[in-house]
Amino acid sequence: MQPFPERSTRRKFLSAVATGSAYFAIFAASWLRPARLLAAEWNESAFETTVLADALGKIGATSAADSDQILLKAPEIAENGAIVPVEITSRIPGTQALYIVADKNPQPLVAIFEITEGLEPFISTRIKLGESSKVRVLVKAGNKFYVATQEVKVTIGGCGG
Amino acid sequence: MADAMKIRAQLQGNVADVKVLMFHPMETGLRKDPITGELIPPYFIRRVVATHNGKIVMDAQWSRAVSKNPFVNFRIRDAKPGDKVAVSWEDNKGARASIETTLN
Repeated sequence: MQPFPERSTRRKFLSAVATGSAYFAIFAASWLRPARLLAAEWNESAFETTVLADALGKIGATSAADSDQILLKAPEIAENGAIVPVEITSRIPGTQALYIVADKNPQPLVAIFEITEGLEPFISTRIKLGESSKVRVLVKAGNKFYVATQEVKVTIGGCGG
Repeated sequence: MADAMKIRAQLQGNVADVKVLMFHPMETGLRKDPITGELIPPYFIRRVVATHNGKIVMDAQWSRAVSKNPFVNFRIRDAKPGDKVAVSWEDNKGARASIETTLN
C-alpha cells in the first residue's frame, strides 16, 4: 500500500482505522492475491452458453435434486429487471458452492459462489433478469447438487436497451 | 480515481456480517450507446475473492448478469474483533480493486 503523502490524509486514515471503520485502497499493481484460489479459471463455457441444460451440465448440476433446505428469497415481481435482489441460505450440511441461474436470461448462468467452512452458507446479491423467469439456485454439497427455484416476474427487462 | 468499493463489516456475536458495494458498470454488451447507437462492449467483474485474516472464505465467479454496481452480503464465521476482512475483484479487462477492513 502506498504511503499517504499528506499529514491530514494520514491523520484521517489513522482515525478511521482506530474507530474500526473501513479504509479504501485501490491496489493498481498489487492485487490482494491469496495463495490459492478455490477455482482455477473463470468458467467461460458455462457462463457463455445460451442453453440452460448446457449451463447446468457445465457446472455438473444436471441431476440436481429438489431441496426444501435451500431458502431462496427473491421478489415475486421485480419492477426493475436490472436490479433483482436474490438472497440464498443453504441449510444443507457441507455446502461448498451456491449458484444462481436465470432460466430465461440470454446466458442462464449468472453467478457462482464457492465458499469454505469459514463462511455461513448465505449470500445476498442483485442480478439482472432479461425477462420474467424462473430463478434457479443450486447448492453443491458433498459433491452433489440440490436445487430450489422461484418464478420472478419482471416488468422492465434488465439486460439491455 | 474514486473509491472502487465500500465495505461494512459488523460483528454479530462471532459472525461478521459483511456488505460490499462495488462501483462497476457491469456492461452486458447488449446495451447501445445512446449517442452513437453502437453496442457498448461487455465490461464486467468476473472474479470476487473474500478473505478472513488472509484465508479465502469466498471465491466467486460472476457473469455480466450481476447488477451494475454490484452488491454482495456474506457472513464470516468464527470472527472476532481485530480480524481482517478483505475483498478483491477482477474484471474481464484485467482491472482490479481491493478493500480491507478490521472488525471491531
